[in-house]
Amino acid sequence: MKALASTPVRRNSVPPTPEDRALLDATWRDPPGFRGWCMAVNHKSIGRRFIITAFVFFAAGGLLAALMRWQLAVPDNHVLGPDTYNQIFTLHGSTMMFLFAVPVMQAVAVYLLPLTLGARAIAFPRMNAYAYWVYLFGGLLLFAGFVFDAGPDAGWFAYVPLSGPEYSPGKRVDYWAQLITFTELSALLEAIIIVTTVMKLRAPGMTLTRMPLYAWAMLVTACMVIFAMPAVMFASTALLLDRLVGTEFFNPGEDGEPLLWQHLFWFFGHPEVYLIFIPGLGFMSAIIATFARRPIVGYVPMVLSLVATGFLAFGLWVHHMFATTLPDAGKDIFTISSMLIAIPSAVQIFCWIATLWLGRLEFRTPLLFVLAFFVILVLGGLTGLQLASVPLDLQLHDTYFVVAHLHYVLIGGAVFPLFGACYYWFPKFTGRLLDERAGRWHFWLWFVGFNLSFFPMHLLGLDGMPRRVYTYPAEMGWGTLNLLATAGAVLLAAGVLVFGGNVLRSLRHGERAGPDPWRGGTLEWATESPPSPANFDALWVVHSAYPLWDPQPMARVSGLATSHREVLVTTPGVARPDTRVIFPDPSPWPLAAALATAVLFVGSIYTPWAVVWAMIPVAATLTAWFWPSARETAEHLDVERAP
Amino acid sequence: MIEQTSGDLHAALTAVGVGAQRIAALWWPSLWICTLVFCAVIAGLVLALTRRGRAQDGSTAAADDGDRRARLPIAAAVAVSVGLLVVLMALSVGADRALAKIDAAGAVEIEVIGHQWWWELRYRDPDPSRSFVTANELHLPAGRPVLLKLSAADVIHSFWLPTLAGKRDLIPGSPATLVLRVDTPGRHRGQCAEFCGLQHAHMGLLAIVETPAAWAAWAERQRRPAAPPGDARAARGLALVEQGSCAMCHNIEGTRANGVHGPDLSHLASRERLAAGTLANEAANLAAWITNPHRYKPGVTMPALTYPAADLDAIVAYLSELE
Repeated sequence: MKALASTPVRRNSVPPTPEDRALLDATWRDPPGFRGWCMAVNHKSIGRRFIITAFVFFAAGGLLAALMRWQLAVPDNHVLGPDTYNQIFTLHGSTMMFLFAVPVMQAVAVYLLPLTLGARAIAFPRMNAYAYWVYLFGGLLLFAGFVFDAGPDAGWFAYVPLSGPEYSPGKRVDYWAQLITFTELSALLEAIIIVTTVMKLRAPGMTLTRMPLYAWAMLVTACMVIFAMPAVMFASTALLLDRLVGTEFFNPGEDGEPLLWQHLFWFFGHPEVYLIFIPGLGFMSAIIATFARRPIVGYVPMVLSLVATGFLAFGLWVHHMFATTLPDAGKDIFTISSMLIAIPSAVQIFCWIATLWLGRLEFRTPLLFVLAFFVILVLGGLTGLQLASVPLDLQLHDTYFVVAHLHYVLIGGAVFPLFGACYYWFPKFTGRLLDERAGRWHFWLWFVGFNLSFFPMHLLGLDGMPRRVYTYPAEMGWGTLNLLATAGAVLLAAGVLVFGGNVLRSLRHGERAGPDPWRGGTLEWATESPPSPANFDALWVVHSAYPLWDPQPMARVSGLATSHREVLVTTPGVARPDTRVIFPDPSPWPLAAALATAVLFVGSIYTPWAVVWAMIPVAATLTAWFWPSARETAEHLDVERAP
Repeated sequence: MIEQTSGDLHAALTAVGVGAQRIAALWWPSLWICTLVFCAVIAGLVLALTRRGRAQDGSTAAADDGDRRARLPIAAAVAVSVGLLVVLMALSVGADRALAKIDAAGAVEIEVIGHQWWWELRYRDPDPSRSFVTANELHLPAGRPVLLKLSAADVIHSFWLPTLAGKRDLIPGSPATLVLRVDTPGRHRGQCAEFCGLQHAHMGLLAIVETPAAWAAWAERQRRPAAPPGDARAARGLALVEQGSCAMCHNIEGTRANGVHGPDLSHLASRERLAAGTLANEAANLAAWITNPHRYKPGVTMPALTYPAADLDAIVAYLSELE
């Protein structure tokens, strides 16, 4: 086996030498060129792609929203017909929920988690690449459908029977159902990757009680994904079966049950809200600690609140169904469970306010975005309490009040913190700071534009304007408020342009950041910006939740291979070094397997036989992916044996 | 911008029906509690941001006794929040019980069937010969409870008259009921609240609450068969309706037009609007609707019909007589 010319095993020393560094870079870097681009497995390459793709979908979803606001700006408008409008609102919702909100949070985690946990890489790097490609192909499928006039038009919630074979003939809803399968597959794989990374790849000494709150947030989110996504994957598959092979899961005429769809959809759909905004809570905790220059008050209550939110989120899906024919007494139970979830949110908000009270504040752009959370999310949370009440919901449900509420929660709870996170971690990703002045413009355009756009919608809902209408008659008197909302949308669009311009400009001309421009306390700031391919020249050993703020210097780990992709695995609870694992090399097979999977999913829109014949390329690519090479095996044994 | 607003009420807080009133009575305390909490949080935040007397050197406090000092205020704030939440829960459950207790004794019974995209209204009477069918315009007697039996013929719709009561879904295969009681005469507008396809936006519903006497008179008129044509032109109109495509879908009681797919036209002229609230019921609109319904409601099930002008005139003349 030695004849295959294996690389000699080299190990790192402390402090790291330039030679260690050069070797590490060579070992962990993705191969160059287009071929290398297709083979990339480094979590930073995949994370960067993932984040950019998610923001492109965000821009596309935003453009769709702008078209809707244009149509609704005045009564009886004819910019869009009902068919186009219905496709656009369906696509807007599906894009924002399935192609932006959940993926972007996982995307940021793919880049950031290993850094913040002090790890060399993310768990299952090839699966990570595969998950990205699957997500990309799912998104392209949805938009390709739209471009070829097969954009789904039954809403992002696709209620049966409207989305069933009888009332949505053609392939539009099938595209939607398969988009769900694509993106949920990707989300589930990412969830597994995130849970494993958090539980097994933390820096030595980073016990569960020293783990950054952001990592806790992602752990809770990933666990929620694992429980929530299968419900909607089953639902979308059953819908596809109803449409394609004539099963009758949801057909009331054949003892199927339309309400079953709603249960399955919202059993996923409500946790979805929380798994979008819990990562936002993680951003909040990271940013507030840094700009208040002190640890977040109440680490344990904060963690328990995150975990409690994760559990409670699964017990309140029925509040989307208060107007249905479910028994009345049961609905009140869901009122109570829905309101209970306000308690962990309140605990976190009070802890952050206490942190700001005690801290020494620096009002930089990331902090501004985070402060907007307090205004917008709190307002959205309070209208959520109203929607949780059965009687009030019977009036407010499916009106513009809900449109206002959900945007306050999702944009206030996730997008504002996400923008804060962009300003905060951009220097880590690129080595350069975003421009502060443009950042402030972006912030104020968004803060004012958001409230101008969405606050009037509360009033429209109370005035009887239902959701999902492509137009409304002048005599209803909804014109002025709708025009205001559209004006707000213009400001939001301007804010996005400022942000985009700022990013593009700062990539080249931004102020150089150095490893730790904000003097943060967590491990991602303990390496250069952008990080080297191996993240850290030598792994850090951690003794507190904010190791960089510790008075005593951190210790480092020596003896990990620099010549091979050796990763230190630690125990889940106290992060004691447990074992060493060799991570896989770059490979083109995740991309090939994702293509084969895409063929299977897209093919099965048209014929159930695709599930059979497309299994062959999927099996072939997966076999190639996992095919052991004699050289690799020999090298791994070498690394294991070498001192 | 000058808004044209009709006199038809449609704001949830302009509560006229008993159900809507009980919900509005819950809205105001809930709004006050939520406003109070919002102001308190923002006040706390502003105080935290503007507090003086702290070190401004930007150094990092990795360890201080802040956690201990903050413990009591945070616990107190959480306790107050929990207390207010319990109040909200109690108010909500109480209001929900009150909604369930609206008495339906002696109610007028109306079957409401949702269609893409119109409302079929079947007034029921213990004496079947006194039952009658209409569409899109609900007449209710003031002061007397009304029991609505809700179902859907195709997809899910949602029945919503914001000034009268909370909404209720019409789900194929699972019938629901809703009790309304309105004590004062008036006019109310609502529309389908669950997305139901292309013309969800044009699925309006008008509710006219009348004194019991006026309502009884209206119901009596609705029970009669359609008026016979008054002149030769209308007679020709009837013949065209019976022999042409109209009769395939529409029913006109007492004639040979007995279709079941579209709204009942027996008393079309007594209704104020056409096409589920889309157009005012005037001869010109009626003619335009028959000729090209897709101009006003793209995707509607009604086909565009081509008639020579004289025939169209005759049909409109006949339909306009159906008081």
